[in-house]
Amino acid sequence: MQRDENTNGRREQYETREHDVLIIGAGGAGLRAAVAATRHGLSVGIVSKSLLGKAHTVMAEGGIAASVGNVDPDDSWRQHFMDTLKSGKFLNNWRMAEIFTKEAPDRVYELEQWGALFNRTPEGKISQRPFGGHTYRRLCHVGDRTGLELIRTMQEKVLATDSEIYMETTVTKLLKKGDRVVGAVGYTRESGKFIHFKAKAVIMATGGWGRIFKVTSNSWEGTGDGVVLGYDAGAELVDMEMMQFHPTGMVWPPGVRGLLVTEGVRGEGGLLRNSEGARYMENYDKEKMELSTRDVVARANYTEVQEGRGSEHGGVFLDITHLGYEGIMKKLPTMYEQFKNLADIDISREPMEVFPTVHYTMGGIKVDPETCATNVPGLYAAGEVAGGLHGANRLGGNSLSDLLVFGRRAGEGASAFVGESVHSADIEADAVRTEIGRVLEPLEKGGEGESPYLMQQELQNAMMEHANLMRDGDSLKEGLGKILALKDRLPNVRVGGSRLFNPGWHTAQDIRYLIQISEIILRTAVQRTERRGAQWRLDYDGPDEELGKLNFIVTKDGQGEIGIERREIPPMPEHLSSLFEEEKAKA
Amino acid sequence: MTEGNGNNPGNVTSRAHSPVPNEDLGKSGKTAKLKIFRGDSEGGQEVEYEIPLVEGMVVLDAVLAIQAEQAGDLAVRWNCKAAHCGSCSAEINGRPKLLCKTRVEEYDGEEIHVHPMRAFPVIKDLVSDVSWNYEVSKAIKPFHSSEQAPFTMYEEDVERLYEPKKCIECFMCQDVCHVLRTHHKHAEFAGPRFFVRNQWLEMHPMDEEDRLGDLKEDNGLGFCNITKCCTEVCPVDIKITDNSIIPLKERVASEFYDPAKWLMRKIRGNGSSRNGN
Ligand SMILES: Cc1cc2nc3c(=O)[nH]c(=O)nc-3n(C[C@H](O)[C@H](O)[C@H](O)COP(=O)(O)OP(=O)(O)OC[C@H]3O[C@@H](n4cnc5c(N)ncnc54)[C@H](O)[C@@H]3O)c2cc1C
Ligand code: SF4
Ligand code: SF4
Ligand code: FES
Repeated sequence: MQRDENTNGRREQYETREHDVLIIGAGGAGLRAAVAATRHGLSVGIVSKSLLGKAHTVMAEGGIAASVGNVDPDDSWRQHFMDTLKSGKFLNNWRMAEIFTKEAPDRVYELEQWGALFNRTPEGKISQRPFGGHTYRRLCHVGDRTGLELIRTMQEKVLATDSEIYMETTVTKLLKKGDRVVGAVGYTRESGKFIHFKAKAVIMATGGWGRIFKVTSNSWEGTGDGVVLGYDAGAELVDMEMMQFHPTGMVWPPGVRGLLVTEGVRGEGGLLRNSEGARYMENYDKEKMELSTRDVVARANYTEVQEGRGSEHGGVFLDITHLGYEGIMKKLPTMYEQFKNLADIDISREPMEVFPTVHYTMGGIKVDPETCATNVPGLYAAGEVAGGLHGANRLGGNSLSDLLVFGRRAGEGASAFVGESVHSADIEADAVRTEIGRVLEPLEKGGEGESPYLMQQELQNAMMEHANLMRDGDSLKEGLGKILALKDRLPNVRVGGSRLFNPGWHTAQDIRYLIQISEIILRTAVQRTERRGAQWRLDYDGPDEELGKLNFIVTKDGQGEIGIERREIPPMPEHLSSLFEEEKAKA
Repeated sequence: MTEGNGNNPGNVTSRAHSPVPNEDLGKSGKTAKLKIFRGDSEGGQEVEYEIPLVEGMVVLDAVLAIQAEQAGDLAVRWNCKAAHCGSCSAEINGRPKLLCKTRVEEYDGEEIHVHPMRAFPVIKDLVSDVSWNYEVSKAIKPFHSSEQAPFTMYEEDVERLYEPKKCIECFMCQDVCHVLRTHHKHAEFAGPRFFVRNQWLEMHPMDEEDRLGDLKEDNGLGFCNITKCCTEVCPVDIKITDNSIIPLKERVASEFYDPAKWLMRKIRGNGSSRNGN
């Protein structure tokens, strides 16, 4: 359907597309949600900024965590649950963690049913490798390209459904009627043409926001669009101060700074050493050493370098040479190629230089554990964009299974909502027209202005400096000042060129999200005055018992400002809390 | 809880965030010149850009630096920057390459011409329209097994499937294959990428579908005359011709040209006489 609208003084045509369920994001979470919703015979639309199969999920390397117990039969969902909560410093939503650890094995087997191929044990089962903070060997994997296997399997599964896929299309706004979400506005990157999506339910599956930092393992896509779109529509956000720094990103040459070195390297026995040759992890976590949780290892690497025991390019050494060439080509072939091609390093002979890199966002849109519904009717969220499961620090491998467990639940939840829903998805045409005008502004306003690329760099530098893995109150506040100044300059962004596949124009949209999220992170990080998981305040000595009992919930208040509520975490029910008591009794 | 607390032993501050100061990182004092195609479906021309050469720089770094500083609307696809996602395919000096895996230094002394892939319609600058590939993919019968996972499969049963499964869908094999590039048989020929996919499907011990008829008819396997150009460009070293195409051709031949099988098919009225291996 074509419709004429008047924008910025001229006729603007846009298309209208209607679906029962609109899924924003084609990573593991979005694709799994699509499979669930199509099973109910619903019309499903999937929107993605990239081509199909290119989302962050494709980059996951190490594996997918599920207590199938193939190599360590003692493993159980209970142990996985306890590991997940301990790593999250008990800020996790315990019901999400319970559902997650119980259902993860089924989701892994389901992948196998759909054609995914994992490495095998001698008994012909799916093989599992150790990872930081997991008591048992728990990560199902295929070499170091597990995410590729997951996304390709899901992509091929979805291609076999009737879902309509809008590749290289960017959503810029959620549309509401009354208190319900009833659709979205987006544009096709190729042509710059606008689309009005009408939907009875919308699932947010847009991934994380690692791009707010300069040194990151995330691609250009990781700008947190979904969390801001949800926030603008009234959704509650949780744990936004919690950003995960992965302990091992590449350091040299400059072009690859931040690229991930999978935790699989440490899982396969990789050793960390400083410039003095010492295995310094014994000073930080004597028991788990290299396989401690990510927050601990990241701080250790950072500290070694800061105290002058770093490598030439300011990293520490990660050594996997003991596996030998053959072993590496079997277990970590992608890492071998990555270092060989990009850094001229043969990791079967020399150690890698590594340093922490921004990796994952624990916080996000707050959801109901059973259905992934947000507090806004008609809006659902799953995957990295949703918060709650991982608390203050995510365990490696817990994201891929999160995508499938809660992607499926979001698809089911949204389908049930559509089934009950009688509302019409119509809204006033005005809302679409206003949004189109806003999106076109940087392109059409004309005159001299600021470059979105340079503004993005400025923001990334500010966040590196003020909201890094070691934080202090004064610095956080200084960072906030810088971000607020950028916010004031936002209307000055101008871009040249046409609407045809114009990355400058696309970046001009992203910058708004980056600024909004940065402000939220800084404000919540100022308030969490303690050391807990990924939030590490140098101006406080340790964890604060009171703060450990609450999550910071962020919503947009009546004035359009950031409202922060301290919300008590409900007590764990007996069947879960007893697990920890039993463990203590045993010890 | 036996959790290391990573307590900060000494002089750590929140400020010195990065290992090395950012600016001037790896600057070589030299510059790199790139001639990049600028244009769209209507046509276009090469434009020359010059940027500071940074140690270890890949062509994608150069293109992104140009985009940030000189040509804000320069269109290019990328995601992982680590040769894992297959987004950044383009042609450098006429050869398909992953821009994120190709060092600028490799072209020491040579001119660097960067163009979009040619076997597909150009959208803008370095971005071409690869949507046809997803249509081909959609038409391939997906994996199907009537048995319930978890499957018991041994390493030796599946070892050879890891290779085709590595495909990152960069579509560079499609770009270089003359059946598509020169003869434009997009309607009749699936292309090497999808022979790779068919290979693992056909060889998966638990899969029960039969795709040999489709391979012969719809996917135009017969058009391939084993030139091996696809194998040469594959960035993840899949031996497309030897390990995917030739075994599939053999299966199709024995299925359709073996007189005994031909008779069986006549009698039973279908082609599903093979098993998983
Ligand atoms: C290098 C790397 C390695 C990793 N390794 C592991 C691992 O081994 N194990 C593990 O468990 N986890 C790992 N992770 C984490 C995990 O991969 C991610 O958390 C997960 O893939 C996120 O999936 P998702 O479906 O939530 O979102 P993504 O895969 O990030 O997909 C987001 C989707 O949303 C779309 N989108 C975003 N904004 C918009 C918009 N405005 N309009 C339209 N579409 C939009 C994007 O185009 C994309 O399709 C790794 C992450 C990285 C970066
Ligand atoms: S071997 Fe076949 S598929 Fe590969 S490039 Fe040559 S003709 Fe094309
Ligand atoms: S087979 Fe190789 S060249 Fe072809 S699409 Fe896959 S990765 Fe690319
Ligand atoms: S950007 Fe992913 S392959 Fe080049």
